[in-house]
Amino acid sequence: MREAPSTVWTRKDLIGIEDLARDELELILDTAPQFVEISRRESGIKKVPLLQGRLVVNWFHEPSTRTRTSFELAAKRLSADTLAITSSSSSEVKGESLHDTLANIEAMHTDIIVIRHSCAGAPHILARRHRSHIVNAGDGRHEHPTQALLDAFTMRRHVRKLRNDPDAGLDGLRVSIIGDVANSRVARSNIWCLNKLGAEVTLCGPTTLMPVAVDRMGVRVTSRLQEALEGADVIYALRIQLERQQRGLFPSIREYIRLFRIDNDSLRHAPAHALIMHPGPINRDLELATEVADGPRSVILEQVSNGVAIRMAVMHLLANSPRAQAAASAPQTQARQGLGS
Amino acid sequence: MATQNDNTSSEKTVLMDAQAMREALERMARAIIDANEDIESLVLLGILTRGRPLADRLADTIAEMAHFRPPVGSLATTLYRDDLRAGVGEAKLGGTTHFDFSVDNRTVVLVDDVLAAGRTIRAALDEVMDYGRPRRIQLACLVDRGGRELPIQPDYLGWTVATHPNDWVTVRLKEIDGEDAVLEERRARTTTEGGE
Repeated sequence: MREAPSTVWTRKDLIGIEDLARDELELILDTAPQFVEISRRESGIKKVPLLQGRLVVNWFHEPSTRTRTSFELAAKRLSADTLAITSSSSSEVKGESLHDTLANIEAMHTDIIVIRHSCAGAPHILARRHRSHIVNAGDGRHEHPTQALLDAFTMRRHVRKLRNDPDAGLDGLRVSIIGDVANSRVARSNIWCLNKLGAEVTLCGPTTLMPVAVDRMGVRVTSRLQEALEGADVIYALRIQLERQQRGLFPSIREYIRLFRIDNDSLRHAPAHALIMHPGPINRDLELATEVADGPRSVILEQVSNGVAIRMAVMHLLANSPRAQAAASAPQTQARQGLGS
Repeated sequence: MATQNDNTSSEKTVLMDAQAMREALERMARAIIDANEDIESLVLLGILTRGRPLADRLADTIAEMAHFRPPVGSLATTLYRDDLRAGVGEAKLGGTTHFDFSVDNRTVVLVDDVLAAGRTIRAALDEVMDYGRPRRIQLACLVDRGGRELPIQPDYLGWTVATHPNDWVTVRLKEIDGEDAVLEERRARTTTEGGE
């Protein structure tokens, strides 16, 4: 029988993977399986009363279907009341007005606020000053922590099945992340998460799509797809952000497809057991061929299912851990001092 | 929670040994059979962790006596605990609820090792109800140590012992702990502290 992790959850917010310790990541991953089971109940009620009577606000400043739906469903499966606030302003929102808006939302006695914002650091700034538990659902090019957690969770479930070891972790797992790493908060959170969990990460893509200081991220980098695929246990394709393509970061889409697309042809170089993952939405036949996205190695839809369970685990830990609750009930003076003047 | 090796004195008593436990489970199995004429509608749900092996043993014993082995599942109850919502309990990890049969119109016997406050059983009742609508729900416990905080009573019971809240009653099972025994650990009362 597996030993329960020694750690308990103490944080008021989930802002990023970078500042979490390995045992905190594992606590979230270990909390999630019981929530997978709830969504699978065939008859009966697909929810548990853990957040009954609490208010979860989804506050999204950027378009999102998958993540917003996933958070909303997670909150509902925990029996919370949910409220969605979408902000159409895509321009830079000044810190002060963000604070004001949040203060107004909080006046309705919110418990958890899930926030997506185009400015890196916005959730962090808000979390320091406000009482509610803040969950970062993606901030600029910075982090998307719940995506990295659901990806690690999906990988772990498959590793455990494959190795027939119910306690197996990600140590030594070879994960290749392919595509537009520089613009991807998913990649950034995943790199931190996978590194902390002991996986070996390889990045692959046009050099123009690699982040600066990539050599300091503790990963292997290659611009040859074959090299990235050989020996990979997990092949993680990122979405090519077509909207950024007018900047000319790679010569042409046709050339990207020729060099970096994951299709049955390029997959000849990968081991037969390699999993195909993608954070969605897919540009079909651009970064990922349809035959692969819908093929037997793809776990893309499983990532989506697991996302609900991971978000349930995160919200449960934030709202129901005594020490996280204590941090939420008495933060203000300290947090204000922390902000400085 | 007190640690095992703090300085307060404690004495351990064996309430049940392996033989007594086997006899108690046989008695309970017999009582379950006698109380349920429609034995084929029985399902057993063991409350994790130690209720599960007890439920398996009860099912085996029932099978020997009545030539029908009721299906057995596991109930975690952790997601239905009232102390989590009240913010006083730590979100500890238990196992995961799992059973691959419907509880609709069945007679569900909840199986747990120690019955005390009754709050776990309250959580288990809510959890089972979320899975369907059983015809009836019954409760089987190996030990009742008293101290009820809710109006819940067992239908099938192995042993009763009146305990002080400071005392520990521990069920040890072969499947998990390597031996079968029920131990009672009487711990020094707080009032005697410093008076020894």
